Amino acid sequence: MSNPVPAEKAVVIDGVAKVFNEGGDSEVAALSGIDLTVEAGEFISLIGPSGCGKSTLLRLVGDLLAPTTGAVTVFGKSAHEARLDQDYGMVFQHSGLFDWRRVLANIELPLELRGWSRDERSARSAEMLGLVRLEDFGGHYPRQLSGGMQQRVSIARALSFQPKLLLMDEPFGALDEMTREHMQLELLRIWRETQTTVVFVTHSVPESAFLSNRVVVLSPRPGRIHSVVDVDLGDRSDDTRQDPAFFEKATEIREALRAVEGGG
Amino acid sequence: MVRRLRGRASVLGPPITVGVVGLLLWEAVVKGFGIREFLLPRPTSIVEELADNWPVLRHAIWETGWIAVSGLLIGIMAGVALAFLTTRFRTLEEGLTPLAVVVNATPIVALAPIFNAWFGITGTLSNQSVVIAVVFFPVFINTSRGLTAVHPDEIELMHSYAASKWTIFREVRVPNALPFFANSLRLVAPLSVIAAIVAEYFGGPQDRIGNVITSNVAFVRYDVAWAAIGVASALGLGLFAIALLVERASMPWRSAMAEGEFTTTPGRE
Repeated sequence: MSNPVPAEKAVVIDGVAKVFNEGGDSEVAALSGIDLTVEAGEFISLIGPSGCGKSTLLRLVGDLLAPTTGAVTVFGKSAHEARLDQDYGMVFQHSGLFDWRRVLANIELPLELRGWSRDERSARSAEMLGLVRLEDFGGHYPRQLSGGMQQRVSIARALSFQPKLLLMDEPFGALDEMTREHMQLELLRIWRETQTTVVFVTHSVPESAFLSNRVVVLSPRPGRIHSVVDVDLGDRSDDTRQDPAFFEKATEIREALRAVEGGG
Repeated sequence: MVRRLRGRASVLGPPITVGVVGLLLWEAVVKGFGIREFLLPRPTSIVEELADNWPVLRHAIWETGWIAVSGLLIGIMAGVALAFLTTRFRTLEEGLTPLAVVVNATPIVALAPIFNAWFGITGTLSNQSVVIAVVFFPVFINTSRGLTAVHPDEIELMHSYAASKWTIFREVRVPNALPFFANSLRLVAPLSVIAAIVAEYFGGPQDRIGNVITSNVAFVRYDVAWAAIGVASALGLGLFAIALLVERASMPWRSAMAEGEFTTTPGRE
């Protein structure tokens, strides 16, 4: 159930390896031999035990880290060019909102940095606030909001300049279970409405199965792609969580993870 | 508004009560036990001396206040400026910070006689230098820490917007440093008065608070000395209050959180 956009490669990861502190005493091979293509409009999750390099892989796509070997292409450009062109939005586990900016001003920050006029900015931030259903909270400071609301502001900020790609690093990891499930539905709704491509890092099996078109299972030290699980559950709703097909996919992902953790 | 006033009253009530009761007790104890005035004068005789010597004391507040405030402002500006520079240029930071720590560990008021020798005792520069030196380091160290103690996610986020170093400095580091800076401000505002008065103890013109205290003690006029101590502490308190006001005004997001307009679940530590 990809979004109906022209078949285009959103992300192409070609023979990528990442070694930290190369040549030093503390040399760590974080990723090795990664080949992965993300289609435009796809929702793809990266899952694996801690130390498998899933966050590192996300940062390579965002050009926040440079690969040691191999190349990352984002919408036909190098990851570096894509970052300079601000082709993607990023959401972290901690909302990363600035305490000193009100909610609206936080959402407008990337627009300010792109030199948008005040009117353009306030029109867009109001629209984004509606998208994440926080219309009444634009004038609040981030710390006055709950964790789930902060994360919604963070998503609104990442989407404010309408990037074609959204990179999310365990965005719901710090939320309680109820809020997390609600946020998953919200994210899927936003994904459908905005037709963005999402690369989503998680360590939760049900979360990856519920959200994604495809789940990439990584094995640790060095991180490699163990398997890719296709998930076709149609349009998700809360009922999906009780769907036998959902359980089946979750089990498939869980088994892949067990194989990985068992020394595979 | 009513709630806010009631809030103020509940905050101010206890310390005012304690203060008034304390003064009454002081008065009663000195009178009741017949403690001699040169050991501990009664609050009422201190207030009397305050009124009688007001022209001298007012002038002394003005003189010492000028030394404290000008030294305070110069020290703050120097501390902030150096913090900005060391954050921007790593090598400068590596060279200067250890030196700053060593100098900070030196009891700076001990340098007052040396500053007197360097800058002379007739002008204000010698005493101002002591204040500047005392104020500079807490401001420098706290502000530097605030400029560098930024959550790595926030830096990565700014990189994802292809933000320049200068933009990150302006949009993230400076606002992040504000609470740290405000802490140092609360510390150094009253400290500047202490530094000025201690420096004045080492000589100089007789019309400053420190000298008014020492000369009146020399003439066994303890009640006048106490009156001078009273105005000195009022000066320190006034500067502390200004520091608090500056803090509130520069960080509206903090007061908004303190007033709890909405229940808060911290999203991060």
